[in-house]
Amino acid sequence: MTEETTGKSRRAFLKGAALTGVGLAAGKAGAATPDPLITEVQPWASGLGDGVDETPYGLPIEFEDDVIRRNVEWLTADTISSINFTPIHALDGTITPQGCAFERHHSGAIELKKEDYRLMINGMVDRPLVFTYADLERFPRENHVYFCECAANTGMEWAGAQLNGAQFTHGMIHNMEYTGVPLRTLLEEAGYDTAGKWVFVEGADASSNGRSIPMEKALDDVLVAFKANGEALRKEHGYPVRLVVPGWEGNMWIKWIRRIEVMDGPVESREETSKYTDTLADGISRKWTWEMDAKSVVTSPSPQSPITHGNGPLVISGLAWSGRGAITRVDVSKDGGKTWETARLAKPGEKMALTRFYLDTEWNGEEMMLQSRAMDDTGYVQPTKAQLREVRGLNSIYHNNCIQTWLVRANGEAENVEVS
Amino acid sequence: MSKFLKVAAAFAVLSTPAFADTFGLGRPALPEEIAAWDKDVSPDGTGLPEGSGDVFTGEEVFADQCAVCHGDFAEGVGNWPKLAGGMDTLADKDPLKTVGSYWPYLSTTWDYVNRSMPFGNAQSLEPDDVYAIVAYILYSNDLVDDDFVLSNETFSDVVLPNHDGFILDDRMETEHSKWVGEPCMENCKENVEVTMRAMVLDVTPEEVDEADNSAALEEAKVADAPAEDIAEIDPELVASGEKVFKKCKACHQVGDDAKNKTGPILNGIVGHPAGAIEGFKYSKPLLALADEGLIWTEEALAAFLAKPKSFIKGTKMSFAGLRKESDIEAVTAYLASFGN
Repeated sequence: MTEETTGKSRRAFLKGAALTGVGLAAGKAGAATPDPLITEVQPWASGLGDGVDETPYGLPIEFEDDVIRRNVEWLTADTISSINFTPIHALDGTITPQGCAFERHHSGAIELKKEDYRLMINGMVDRPLVFTYADLERFPRENHVYFCECAANTGMEWAGAQLNGAQFTHGMIHNMEYTGVPLRTLLEEAGYDTAGKWVFVEGADASSNGRSIPMEKALDDVLVAFKANGEALRKEHGYPVRLVVPGWEGNMWIKWIRRIEVMDGPVESREETSKYTDTLADGISRKWTWEMDAKSVVTSPSPQSPITHGNGPLVISGLAWSGRGAITRVDVSKDGGKTWETARLAKPGEKMALTRFYLDTEWNGEEMMLQSRAMDDTGYVQPTKAQLREVRGLNSIYHNNCIQTWLVRANGEAENVEVS
Repeated sequence: MSKFLKVAAAFAVLSTPAFADTFGLGRPALPEEIAAWDKDVSPDGTGLPEGSGDVFTGEEVFADQCAVCHGDFAEGVGNWPKLAGGMDTLADKDPLKTVGSYWPYLSTTWDYVNRSMPFGNAQSLEPDDVYAIVAYILYSNDLVDDDFVLSNETFSDVVLPNHDGFILDDRMETEHSKWVGEPCMENCKENVEVTMRAMVLDVTPEEVDEADNSAALEEAKVADAPAEDIAEIDPELVASGEKVFKKCKACHQVGDDAKNKTGPILNGIVGHPAGAIEGFKYSKPLLALADEGLIWTEEALAAFLAKPKSFIKGTKMSFAGLRKESDIEAVTAYLASFGN
């Protein structure tokens, strides 16, 4: 079994699971024959393992080689300007390891050395300044855990159930502990003009991605971050320095940030007009939809993470988050929304960070239509897709925070469905 | 902190300009530096440099710099963005959102072309080229006549059709206010039916068994191509080929530091077996031809570059093709000047 589940493919895994399913299901009953894994001396119990320094910077063990980012090729013209997805179906807890946290580039992930890094503050300031990386490390810094969700997360599901896996439907999200300097500190250093109502932030890569952020948010909780989960940012997440805009859509979290301009109006750049705007049924479009609405998803069981253990205790697990505050409660339904049970939060919800929930339950092979429903500290309750469509129509792309349904069958397999 | 550092710190404090509540970190940005980086353009035209470009010039520049992805008429190639058309489709199912049908401000187009395009060769256009390209995009959308000249002075004469098509985020009123409070816990609905299944659509990426994949690649690596007589390199032809190659640069790299990007590295491609650049994920049709032993001879390259999609049906290369034989000859000579 160990060999078979090293996860070359989900199909192979499911096949393996089906073959051994009976044996596993019988786990509760006594063993008929002694387990050779116990009665025979195994190679790892007799020989020696790797020495220290075998891998100076370690990667996950080979048996976990299916826990990787994946992309959906038909979504974009090529991989340079594209997106991939975090394997949320295979992770637990709330912190996303950098190595499998989703990537979104507009002109590819560039390699920019700390020595070559410059950050400029200009526009409506008393003192236009240039900082080096070393300068940034000399300002008082803070640590905060925040989720970063692409506004297009779950976007493919607007028209109906499309992609069969939590990774693909909800994987444009990651959650890291950032270390950085509050943007407010840098704006004060440059002496920002209080008449400046906006900052325009821009990246150093060829896409020159630029977004306008209201000064109120810039002074509130935006971070100029250079570490994530304790170590340097990965190049795909903006090494050496990125912007962290808590609770707001991922496109505003400018990577390789090189310039901050204090302005009296928004630039209305390409990414805040032609993209990241939401067209309603009447053809009128919402703009400046920055906040990410409260949302949740069951990560296991799910299509890529079927039940393989037979009847008895089952842990239903998932993630919840809100761009407007902290998660206060998550309810889970097994019958497609007829009845709900309140799940256990692994820890009290934190503002603009992922919250892990569990429903510790019994499963005896009955079909389930699994759903989760998040609530945040503004009192907001995650809506159904029908509720969203009633307000927004069918042509939306971004900000789909609807309740997701997984149909779990008697054999433990799960699939993405839409229900009445 | 050592004594020496303490003294140094004291000096640093003294020599720092006396701004209240600052750390005295960073250095003043020079005007030249601000000018080099501060290029954004606002809806009222603030930030536009002096310059101008007409539709006809724009057509030429667009063909050279943009058409590889966006099509000769801004209609878009393959999955790349369409820049023209889609008027009055915003309330339809699957609206076509283009500069003409959706973008509210002309400044956005100018700003984006100037700062972010062409893909793979960004920030290389002169202001007059940008004015010309934007004039041509307007023309492609039937928004200006063919004698139109766009300049920093005529800029504000143009108002895009969807200028008034946006409202500010109203979710707090239209959604949040409705969806608060204690939610239903029991008997919330009578029946639940499955109305749609992702499996029916079947668009989820399949897991590819790595072993199969590498086997296919291995097979694609046919025996080394017979060494061809190396033709003498004509420097003039190579130089004009370098210009033609600008069309290719959005996706392909050559030279010492070349990496696989949207397209594979092209070092040594002339005379090289097809589908054999390590680490590049080729289309299945190309791999099939590679299997049959396709070698990128000058003749094969010429046929491919003239009409990529006819030569390899299903190729990932979205390029429409080079129309002039002289361009094909030149770019082949340029590519041949890069060894393996």
